[in-house]
Amino acid sequence: MSRKRTYLKAAKNGMFITGTVLFLTVLLVAVFADRIAPHKYDEMNIEKAFIPPGRAYLFGTDEFGRCLFSRIIYGSRIALKIGLMVVAIQISVGVSVGLLAGYFGGKLDMILSFITDLTWAMPPVVLSLAIVTVLGPSLERVVVSTALVSWPGCARMVRSKTQSIKNMPFVEAARALGESDLSIIVRYILPNTLGIVIVLTTLQLPGAILSTTGLSFLGLGSQPPSPDWGLILSEGVNYVSKAPWISIFPGLALIYTAVGFNLMGEGLRDILDPRT
Amino acid sequence: MLNYVLKRLAVGVLVIISASIVLFSIMQLMPGDPIRMVADPRLPPHRIEELKRAWGLDKPAYVQYLYWMKNLLRGDMGTSIATGQPVGYLIASRLPYTLLLAGTAMVVRYLIGVPLGLIAALRQGTKLDRLLVMATTMLMMIPGYWFAILLMMVFAIKLRWLPISGFQGPASLVLPLMTMVLPGIGGTLRVTRSEVLDTAREPFVLTAHAKGLSARAVQVYHILRNALIPVTVSFFLNLPWLISGSVIIENVFAWPGMGRLVWGAIQSQDLPVVQGVFVMITALTVVCNIVGDIVAGLLDPRIRVEIEEARE
Repeated sequence: MSRKRTYLKAAKNGMFITGTVLFLTVLLVAVFADRIAPHKYDEMNIEKAFIPPGRAYLFGTDEFGRCLFSRIIYGSRIALKIGLMVVAIQISVGVSVGLLAGYFGGKLDMILSFITDLTWAMPPVVLSLAIVTVLGPSLERVVVSTALVSWPGCARMVRSKTQSIKNMPFVEAARALGESDLSIIVRYILPNTLGIVIVLTTLQLPGAILSTTGLSFLGLGSQPPSPDWGLILSEGVNYVSKAPWISIFPGLALIYTAVGFNLMGEGLRDILDPRT
Repeated sequence: MLNYVLKRLAVGVLVIISASIVLFSIMQLMPGDPIRMVADPRLPPHRIEELKRAWGLDKPAYVQYLYWMKNLLRGDMGTSIATGQPVGYLIASRLPYTLLLAGTAMVVRYLIGVPLGLIAALRQGTKLDRLLVMATTMLMMIPGYWFAILLMMVFAIKLRWLPISGFQGPASLVLPLMTMVLPGIGGTLRVTRSEVLDTAREPFVLTAHAKGLSARAVQVYHILRNALIPVTVSFFLNLPWLISGSVIIENVFAWPGMGRLVWGAIQSQDLPVVQGVFVMITALTVVCNIVGDIVAGLLDPRIRVEIEEARE
């Protein structure tokens, strides 16, 4: 498929465009958080506690009089950081395992596939819980432990894709020209698996962000005064009847971000699907 | 078939052993000393040593692991450091609540998701199809714990129709159930929809049409019968995800299940309890996967043959 046709399909795909716009706004907000937010995320002002959303404070204030709008703006950085870390780990582990297992086959495939199945069977949230119990709560630990059990789907996809590509004429030709296995994998097979990897990872991102902030919500991830959306939500739980806005806005921010990634992923899948 | 079942079981046992080793290795990373968490710091050193010996904490790691494994096989999961109660007892008293919540949630999810998936597939390409897929996908993007708080605000605080948290009879089940069912419907709908559409492309469906069967007969006896096999299997494969996912939801609603138990154990660094819950959830995951595989083999002879050939 020509590059130009891909761009054309992207320009006509409503889901992809909407998703990209949502994602870009989150990205811009995260980059320019210092300029957009009227206050610092940890700036307290006890006299102004529990002010409802209004002209002075767009999203209201919390029990310490912190500006929720500013906290949510800064929180976008954490959401994107989670996304970036999950993508990095998932792609590096999942793609490597999938490529090696699919390309070399035999014993190596058997071992790697077994490890993949094993990881697949690990209960995801509970592994994070075990790690946090031992090492103490931290966002990074939660994200890494979430990512370390989320790569098997990617590895399986890449493996089967690699198996279907490795005997195609263009790979045979490269082999006949004396290219090494490594160079065949990197130059001929990897680029052909990238599409599927990007789609899969984008689609898994919302789940990863939601479950990680869920652990922050339980107090096992980010610690106060972090503006992690999950943490803000949990701080609001104690005041649901007095100040419901504390819990409502971070949830909306999470949905906005998750929907953005999801639409981008679904759109990309349509765009890269040769049948459409 | 027996051969196939035995192979699945063997893999399951390997998974549990490996998971327990992973878990045990994590536990060894622990910087502090679990004894100091519970023992009075004013205790003389020799008393602390005695306590350590009593808990078996003076032995090398692999010996501790083997002990733990040996006891585990006899059904003894150790004693809670925080409360002194047997871990097996603690888990056994909480497990039914978790299974009740996750099991009911799964059944309700499929009762809603499968029919919607069928409707979407049979009306493929129409506005209704797109609306169903879109709406249920958006539901998946809602954080469960946030949704839980909204439900509490509306039904427990404003309207006072339902209890806000804890377990006081069937009414307590409603809000946690809604929280766990709604985001999952999208997944079930999609599996059902794509299986029906894939089956509709199979040659035997074309043959059935060519024989002159009515469209309705082909849909019911040829497409649905085959498409619902993977859907049934996905029920079992998804159950463990729901069980692990319930950890967060249980805590929002103070639901007295394993999620609540493990959260409390984390706060007090009660390792034996965390280990026990981890092993329990891994075992449940493995059992669900095996049941899923066996159900697939029972329902569809093609899968049985495929797997046996692949393993030869």
